[in-house]
Amino acid sequence: MPIDVQPPRIRGPETTRAASPPRRAIPLLAWNVIAVVLGIGIWTVLARVGVSGLPGPQAVAVRAGELAMDGTLLDDSIASLRRVLIGFALGTALAIPVGFLMGWYQTARGLIEPYVQFFRTIPPLAVIPLAILLMGIGETPKIFVIFLAAFLSCVVSTFQGVVSVDRTMINAARVLGANDAVVFRRVIVPASTPFILVGMRVGLGAAWATLVAAELIAAQEGLGYRMQQAQIYYDLPSIFVGLITIGVLGLIMDRLLLTTEKRLTGWQERR
Amino acid sequence: MTEKISFRSTSRTFEVGGRPFHALQNVDLDIADCEFVTVVGPSGCGKSTLLNIAAGLVEPTGGEVLVDSRPVRGPGPERGVIFQQYALFPWLTVRQNVEFGLQIAKVGRAERRRRAQHFIDLVGLTDFADALPRMLSGGMRQRCAIARAYAVDPGVLLMDEPFGALDALTRVQMQDQLLATWGSERRTVMFITHDVDEAVYLANRVVVMAARPGRVHEVIDVDLPYPRTEAVRLSPEFSRIRNRVWRAVYHQTPQEGASQ
Ligand SMILES: Nc1ncnc2c1ncn2[C@@H]1O[C@H](COP(=O)(O)OP(=O)(O)OP(=O)(O)O)[C@@H](O)[C@H]1O
Ligand SMILES: [Mg+2]
Repeated sequence: MPIDVQPPRIRGPETTRAASPPRRAIPLLAWNVIAVVLGIGIWTVLARVGVSGLPGPQAVAVRAGELAMDGTLLDDSIASLRRVLIGFALGTALAIPVGFLMGWYQTARGLIEPYVQFFRTIPPLAVIPLAILLMGIGETPKIFVIFLAAFLSCVVSTFQGVVSVDRTMINAARVLGANDAVVFRRVIVPASTPFILVGMRVGLGAAWATLVAAELIAAQEGLGYRMQQAQIYYDLPSIFVGLITIGVLGLIMDRLLLTTEKRLTGWQERR
Repeated sequence: MTEKISFRSTSRTFEVGGRPFHALQNVDLDIADCEFVTVVGPSGCGKSTLLNIAAGLVEPTGGEVLVDSRPVRGPGPERGVIFQQYALFPWLTVRQNVEFGLQIAKVGRAERRRRAQHFIDLVGLTDFADALPRMLSGGMRQRCAIARAYAVDPGVLLMDEPFGALDALTRVQMQDQLLATWGSERRTVMFITHDVDEAVYLANRVVVMAARPGRVHEVIDVDLPYPRTEAVRLSPEFSRIRNRVWRAVYHQTPQEGASQ
């Protein structure tokens, strides 16, 4: 899985202070809307000309209405979200201190890094068979796999954040009288926040992707499970409803994190 | 006069490609209390290393540095450092940056605020006290760094090419402002620069260094009155000293020494 985080720009001494894009926001949004409308149009046409059983937007909307009315959609969404949020929360909650530890103490880095690098090369999904055998078919293996996915992407970026803190920034704090604890709390933590948040976004994406796949393999409810059922009954509209719900929920969570990121790291210089 | 900073046969060797490299060899230099000393020399002659040793950020491999007659052990707030890259904390406002050292020194809230405001006003950043560094120009950032260093009331200010990244006009303004600040808040200053004019304009004494090994080549007194003004900068005495420093920097031959 390619999750090398591209480092956010902390600061370049001589980067010009870019002006915010002047009045581009509205046309851009308009283009977005046009793209969506166009996409649905093409979809409708494809369904009309009869691409092997492809349901049109209308059929999907009707099915979405049915699934929403009988509560299945909500239940499935909640079941899926719950797994993702628990796994993601546990993963990042562990990843941040471990990442700091690795960045701050050479020994911790030496001990932990081989495992992180090794497990990073294994797609979390590949762990599912093992997890199911060891933890049964309940919630635990699914949450564990999501936890793993979130942890691995977040720990790497936190670690990278700590080691890439500008030396002169640390020296600047030291010459003002800061000891190790102060340097950590008032320089390392804020300076690596952008990296951590990027890692959290990557982690959330990984968690979400892993979840749906985990539910396809073993679950009694959830969006992935519903799509799996729909596949058995050749119920294409339900599969579309599932896909679109997954996409929309993923997008909403990503935007929420992006907003947090902007709020917390507004001090960064951007090009 | 009492010595504020004393380099006692200070040496620093780096391992480069398995072989020792003498960045500094037996530097002896005394800087008096409240003196303004500038250091010039070719690139790589060890100026930054010398300053960082005084700051406690680099350890000497030979000799020692005394500040207030005590050997330097690590960095401390009594020796303020101003870095070429400003090194402001980008997530803090100008005011929070200036208060940073005061907070560490556990200065009370009201007093902290008052002191920070004083130095923010002094460097002319009053209107930008609550701005983030990314909104400031290079010169303004450097002034913020100066205010931050002054705020903790260090006896010694160590400045490593602080105006290196500024344009010529801003640079001259910053020099005047630095001298004005130094005039009202006397400190011992060790100031590194590449610019011979700047070295002469600011200093009581100019230390010219030579490379390979890094050492003090010549120390030149600047007998020009303070406050330094444009008239001083354009005076024949100024050019005489400037020329002398220039030759010391750019024509470092063993038989150097004769003044004009
Ligand atoms: N950490 C280090 N490891 C190896 N060599 C170093 C190290 N720090 C400095 N040097 C070497 O020591 C010499 C002096 O470096 P220093 O930074 O003090 O030079 P300088 O006079 O400040 O140069 P400049 O004017 O370009 O800033 C250089 O040749 C440099 O390569
Ligand atoms: Mg240097």
